[in-house]
Amino acid sequence: MTLLKEFILPRLLQWLLVIFIGVTITFLIPRVSPVNPIDQALSRLTAFQNLSPEATIALRASIEDLYGLQGSIFEQYIAFWKRILRGDLGPSFTSFPMMVNDIIRKSIGWTIGLLGTCVVIAWLLGLILGTLASYYRNRWWSRFLENSLITVYPIPYYILAFVLLMLFAYYFPIFPLVGGGRGTPGLTWTYIRTVIQHATLPALSIIIGATAFRFIMAKALTSGEIASDYVQYAELAALPKRKIIFSYIMRNTMLPQVTDLGLSLGAIFEGALITEVVFSYPGIGSSLYNAIISADYNMIMGITLLSIVGIATASLLVDLSYPFFDPRVRYR
Amino acid sequence: MKVISDLFRYSPSFRIGATILTVVFLLVVLSFFSPYSPDQRRVVPRNVPPSQEHILGTTSTGQDVFWMLTFGVRNTLIVAGIAVLIGRSIGVFLGMVSGYLGGRIDRVISSIVDSFIVIPRLPLVILIASILRGQMTLFGLGVLLGFLDWAYPSKRYRAQILSLREREFTHTGVFAGMNTLKIVTQEHLPFLIPFLLADVVSGFLFAIGFEVTLAVLGLSDLGAQSIGTMIYWGNYYQALLTNRIWVLIAPITASILIVVGFYLVSIGLSGYLDPRTRLARLQLKG
Repeated sequence: MTLLKEFILPRLLQWLLVIFIGVTITFLIPRVSPVNPIDQALSRLTAFQNLSPEATIALRASIEDLYGLQGSIFEQYIAFWKRILRGDLGPSFTSFPMMVNDIIRKSIGWTIGLLGTCVVIAWLLGLILGTLASYYRNRWWSRFLENSLITVYPIPYYILAFVLLMLFAYYFPIFPLVGGGRGTPGLTWTYIRTVIQHATLPALSIIIGATAFRFIMAKALTSGEIASDYVQYAELAALPKRKIIFSYIMRNTMLPQVTDLGLSLGAIFEGALITEVVFSYPGIGSSLYNAIISADYNMIMGITLLSIVGIATASLLVDLSYPFFDPRVRYR
Repeated sequence: MKVISDLFRYSPSFRIGATILTVVFLLVVLSFFSPYSPDQRRVVPRNVPPSQEHILGTTSTGQDVFWMLTFGVRNTLIVAGIAVLIGRSIGVFLGMVSGYLGGRIDRVISSIVDSFIVIPRLPLVILIASILRGQMTLFGLGVLLGFLDWAYPSKRYRAQILSLREREFTHTGVFAGMNTLKIVTQEHLPFLIPFLLADVVSGFLFAIGFEVTLAVLGLSDLGAQSIGTMIYWGNYYQALLTNRIWVLIAPITASILIVVGFYLVSIGLSGYLDPRTRLARLQLKG
């Protein structure tokens, strides 16, 4: 019972608080802004036609009804929550009869496929390289790796992706410029090959950036472990290096790394916005970008909400799984 | 002063970083001596590749890339500066309040801070910026970024203050009848300054990255010069397809130099703050 009360309950409350704050912010921002989305939608609808004033008023009322903008702000807030709890994100402003849910459902597969793979690859790569480079810190290759990754790490992701695109799709056209795949979708070899071909460059850009971050983190964690007595003892006992590095050092630096992997996986729903825009990849980030261009608030709000819930849930799961990874964090 | 010259001598990353930042700062200073006003168009021949007269070439709207870059770097740094100032002020204040007062206030503030750490910032910024589209000024952008980047620093300051509160001099101050505000601002704040320095750098990295990203998506103040808007207009006028690559290379290189410079300086600083490396440095001097 204490487990539930002392460990699980506070974390569940934190999770609820995060979602509550996130939903409230997403609700409030469009409503306190000086730009009225209804006016924008109206002016778009009436741009090329003459409407009588009565018809305009009727149109306005029906738009307000459609997007849940009727009544006082408090009533709207309650209605907003009701809709979200039903899992209904409302219709899209621009591609009108389509529901936001449908658009997200269609694009999210691409994003999860691309980002899920990249996050895991970058995690493994950064962890292993970082640990090795920290253990053999005086070799030339570890110095080289460290210096180049430290230079790459702070570069804004957009710049990195754009330079890669310029180099490998334009000056040396090895990879295709845009899209997610060519030909009819299906489980045929040719289609899968084009999918992989299209995904390589975006994947490369994510992996480079994420690996640099993971490398620096792994190196910092490992350099703390290397000074420990148990490592010196294991070296004196002439244990195989592989065993010292992978079974002892890496195991002990695992906890923050696993935490971070969980959070990165949760952040997938945020979509690799910049990646997908730069490489025109048809995932959730592209949908978000299109929504931005066409001022499709329901769509933007839907994706924002999805990403908040995604990351909050991931961090809840990570928190709850701590005791499994580290016996020192038995529930307090 | 001694600290800086020491850092310069013993930390190669600080040396390189500080050199890069000096060059960047020179660019900012140069912007005040620009022969052209930043918004003026068609003042020089259009689409000229780098030459002696225009050392970084000119754009499709007839502006000199080099002088544009000086304005761009200045504005980007101003945006980042505003963001850092606001974000750190909120962070330090909340960290101090919740760390020193403790108890229920601490629990409330901490859980709010923890929630804000988790909430993803990019979609939020995009939501706000897309609603304010067209009305966003560079100043507004800085304020917006500042209000999004305080949660993590505040958590770090809270941890610092928590440990400072248990030190003996705090109790001495309390028993001597100093009021809380005085203890916190006069006795505790100086201890936070080294952490603040390292934190300011990471704030700059965050703000510059976001400025570039938003501008490239067309969500910033596109009329003003900044590194991000230079890339945006370069793309807009198809610099890549028409082989006028110099328009893009200048801002891209500048942004890489700035962030790498800041980052190297922060590595040097945090190495200086780390007691273990400080020991090694003393031996080196010894």
